[in-house]
Amino acid sequence: MHEMSLAVAVVDQVETVARSRGAVGVSSIELEVGELAGVVADALAFCFELACAGTVVEGAELITRTVPGTARCARCAEVWAVGMPPLLLCPGCGAAADELVSGRELRIREVRWADPESGEARRTDAEVPREHRQPITEES
Amino acid sequence: MCRAVDLQRAVLAKNEAAAQILRTELSARGTTVVNLLSSPGSGKTALLERELRLAGERGVSAAALTADLATENDARRLARSGAPVKQVLTDGLCHLEADMVARHLHDWLPESTRLLFVENVGNLVCPAGYDLGESLRVVLASVTEGEDKPLKYPTAFGLAQLVIVTKTDMAEAAEFDEAAFRAHVQQVNPGVEIVLSSVRDGRGAGALLDRALAVAEGNRVHTPVMARAGA
Ligand SMILES: Nc1nc2c(ncn2[C@@H]2O[C@H](COP(=O)(O)OP(=O)(O)O)[C@@H](O)[C@H]2O)c(=O)[nH]1
Ligand SMILES: [Mg+2]
Ligand SMILES: [Zn+2]
Ligand SMILES: [Zn+2]
Repeated sequence: MHEMSLAVAVVDQVETVARSRGAVGVSSIELEVGELAGVVADALAFCFELACAGTVVEGAELITRTVPGTARCARCAEVWAVGMPPLLLCPGCGAAADELVSGRELRIREVRWADPESGEARRTDAEVPREHRQPITEES
Repeated sequence: MCRAVDLQRAVLAKNEAAAQILRTELSARGTTVVNLLSSPGSGKTALLERELRLAGERGVSAAALTADLATENDARRLARSGAPVKQVLTDGLCHLEADMVARHLHDWLPESTRLLFVENVGNLVCPAGYDLGESLRVVLASVTEGEDKPLKYPTAFGLAQLVIVTKTDMAEAAEFDEAAFRAHVQQVNPGVEIVLSSVRDGRGAGALLDRALAVAEGNRVHTPVMARAGA
């Protein structure tokens, strides 16, 4: 059950951002979890409830989006859904995949803050290109 | 406005940074770490007992850190080899993390250690996500666990740099289908080496030690497809 460690980390990070922004609450957190990340979504959801108790995140909805695994063969220039259990051999030529394109993600995609005035959730800009994303410690 | 926060980087970054520091520090003093993963009872301790004894006979300085939820039995078994051994009690935690390893090495690991074997907590799910600063990750499965183990635990097998099939002395009784097992490993981790081992009949004796020494000498090690994540 390393889902508890992960849930605590999610809460910690959202809390840190919330504090730096003076957010009064969190309406929802959306997570991207790759099929091959080794995370059980139900266990994570259960642990999340426990981990956020007594924090600014308490009451937030946890939305988990599963990211399918995809792999690429350079020779055939083919990308395929690896499925579960995953097939990392190219369906075209039988060679080993050159890379796993997706499927091991484990990231917070979007946080919605609870709006103090209207009580409504405010959407944050989630579509920042990955290379522009910053570790939380660099958030000002 | 608020940026998206990359959890993978934020959560695992902490462990990965700790693992990287450990790997750099240890390799600077000539120590190579080998991380062993398997289900409970696959034979990690039995294999290590044998390989540590062989290391002693060959004059290779090897040590072992063994993790368990509760008892110190494995450390007692491993200590019979004469190698320095330390038990990590995880107190219920289902995996080791790099900083736990680092803490235990501090004022224990002899300076001259060439190989440090880490017996992870018996579990094929959680430990797969945590780099311990190893240069070789080994996943074990015994012949009694079924040929489809690699498909049931694809992340663990998919990230292995060496797979060891244990208890091959029981292969016939267990009706172990080696070809099917190999095909399943190949499906999730094309190109990884598979070694057959039994501590009862001596099959594969020294194989783990040899592979670990090759890595310590700087030989290239298998990079699993799953570890070659897209940009
Ligand atoms: N027949 C046979 N039994 C083995 C072998 N290796 C380990 N065992 C037995 O399997 C059980 C579990 O082994 P152990 O090393 O404690 O597994 P661990 O939990 O992975 O450390 C013990 O009873 C061992 O004696 C082997 O090669 N052949
Ligand atoms: Mg053991
Ligand atoms: Zn666990
Ligand atoms: Zn191909």
